[in-house]
Amino acid sequence: MRGWKPAPHVLLLLPAFVVLAAVVVVPLLLSLYSSFTPFRLTRPDTIYTFIGFRNYQRLFADMEFWAAFGRTVLLLTIALNLEMVLGLFLALLVEKATRGQRLLRTIMMFPMMFSPILVGFQFKFMFNDNIGLVNNALQSLGLTDQAIPWLIDGKLAFTSILIAEVWSSTSVFAIFILAGLMAMPKEPLEAAKVDGCTPLQSFRYVTWPFIMPFAFIAMTIRSLDIARAYDIVKIMTDGGPAKRTEILWTLISRTAYSDARMGLANAMAYVAIFLSILFTVMFFRQLAKARQQIGAEW
Amino acid sequence: MATVSLKNLVKKYGSLEVVHAINLDVADREFVALVGPSGCGKSTTLRMIAGLEAISGGHIHIGDREVNNLPPRQRNISMVFQSYALYPHMTVAENMGFSLKIAGRSQDVIASAVADAAKTLGLEELLDRRPSQLSGGQRQRVAMGRAIVRHPDVFLFDEPLSNLDAKLRMQMRTEIKKLHAKVQSTVIYVTHDQVEAMTLADRIVIMRDGHIEQVGPPEEVFRRPATRFVAGFIGSPTMNLHDAVVGDSKLIFGNGDTLPLPAQFRDRVTAGQKVIFGLRPDDLYPTGHGIHSGEAAEVHAVEVPVSLTEPLGNETLVFAEFAGQDWISRMLNPKTLRSGDKVELSFDLSQSHLFDAQSEKSLRG
Ligand SMILES: Nc1ncnc2c1ncn2[C@@H]1O[C@H](COP(=O)(O)OP(=O)(O)O)[C@@H](O)[C@H]1O
Ligand SMILES: [Mg+2]
Repeated sequence: MRGWKPAPHVLLLLPAFVVLAAVVVVPLLLSLYSSFTPFRLTRPDTIYTFIGFRNYQRLFADMEFWAAFGRTVLLLTIALNLEMVLGLFLALLVEKATRGQRLLRTIMMFPMMFSPILVGFQFKFMFNDNIGLVNNALQSLGLTDQAIPWLIDGKLAFTSILIAEVWSSTSVFAIFILAGLMAMPKEPLEAAKVDGCTPLQSFRYVTWPFIMPFAFIAMTIRSLDIARAYDIVKIMTDGGPAKRTEILWTLISRTAYSDARMGLANAMAYVAIFLSILFTVMFFRQLAKARQQIGAEW
Repeated sequence: MATVSLKNLVKKYGSLEVVHAINLDVADREFVALVGPSGCGKSTTLRMIAGLEAISGGHIHIGDREVNNLPPRQRNISMVFQSYALYPHMTVAENMGFSLKIAGRSQDVIASAVADAAKTLGLEELLDRRPSQLSGGQRQRVAMGRAIVRHPDVFLFDEPLSNLDAKLRMQMRTEIKKLHAKVQSTVIYVTHDQVEAMTLADRIVIMRDGHIEQVGPPEEVFRRPATRFVAGFIGSPTMNLHDAVVGDSKLIFGNGDTLPLPAQFRDRVTAGQKVIFGLRPDDLYPTGHGIHSGEAAEVHAVEVPVSLTEPLGNETLVFAEFAGQDWISRMLNPKTLRSGDKVELSFDLSQSHLFDAQSEKSLRG
């Protein structure tokens, strides 16, 4: 190697490149490559068999995969909408508070402070059909006389997961929207009052356009969150009963580790990531539009 | 078109009273300016009239309706805010047409009303822009356009020009005056700038610490200030105001210097009374350089040293020392004076003011 002397800036940047390559680029390429092989963890040499798009073809014909895909999109759609509405409502209430707003904001953030795994365990306990809080409460109040099989019935289990998800993350929306409300100049609202707006019209024509970008940021973050949701579902139902609550990442992890079919799982993962990118692009477009609308300077 | 009347109007924030039972009647189509130093309660008063601030006591009538508890939208008023308060996400046209849209008018009506207002204010070219693409003066115009589009009973302005630079401010002042002549609505205009108030208003309301000090046409508050405060607030440069004690037919200043007691106050003061003597710079001039061509009846001349001059071109402000105090005098057809020069100042005592030192009220009849 004598005589080869790289320029100082190359030399200085080299470690960063090496680390990045080692921890990001190589695994990414490797996993992409493995999605074109029948790689099984139990038979390491299968990674050298190239099978082209066969994993992907198989995937696209696999109803179980599409069911999980659809369920993820469904969960995402319902959860985002619910969280949006609830978060908006919460933010509007908290913003109205003239006293103790700091305390309210802190309390509002509590759900975000728990690990999703713990949220999963907590809701699993609450929705337990025998000893769960929910059934006990319903029965004590005389609203039902028999135990409701929350986590055993497919639809109810999906609803239970949805509730846990919404509980844990509505505050993301609330906080972003609250930030928007607090950053909003007050004069246009007063101008709207003078211009003849009822409170509802003021909200519709002045407040809402202003906080929309903030809502879209929350949506982007949460769509990524839910598209990769795993822990709460894993703990509460593990995709059950009978795969009725299987979502993309529970399916992927099952395929990769229980079935040991890493190649196929990686193919699924790339489709899942594609979904996330799709949502991100969509919400960022909306965000850009909304920002331009209000002439935002950020 | 409508009258506005305030009766014993009070505003309290908690236990702090910031507007103390003020009374004011504004005639139909009148242009009234509320003027006073910042923090005196002008905006609060205006916002109570608009309905943006709840009132703590008293009554507000617009026309023959009592509006105390009506929300702003039921008062048929327009307001122009200091910060313009345009809707950032709407175009200029949408901003101006918004109130009509809310009132449920048809597209055609809105479009023609907006076009009218845009023409009046010279905004035709800008209708498709957003507020962020406008200069300060243009935003100001849009804010006014938004106000005139709906033909309100009353226009309320809260320091509409104070965010503009001096030149633009003068230009817009003229335009507001033209606009008022054209739309013929009742206007209540808040400003801390007495020049703005003097030039625009039919009547001026001078406020101080939540009270009204004096109400009157510009000419009157200038000529006959009711209190020391008004005397000092109205007019530029400010009136010379100095403490004195009434002696035998004379006024004795702190250092013992004297001026003759002006004739009009002779029967109104008693010897030993503490007073404040006031004389506008216009009525104090180097002899031969005054506003009044024929020498007025009651002029008293004193030779004093010049401490400073401010040449303004067609006139020069001369700061001179008399009775141990600084006095400002206005010299027309100026001649060159340097600090330290001696100059003979003419005090036109017929134009002077006297205020009681205790009550600060004018001692004029
Ligand atoms: N929301 C408020 N809470 C408490 N005090 C206020 C509030 N708004 C205004 N004030 C006080 O009321 C007084 C009058 O204010 P304002 O009407 O804005 O004065 P200005 O004549 O400068 O427009 C000021 O002393 C101000 O501090
Ligand atoms: Mg003010």
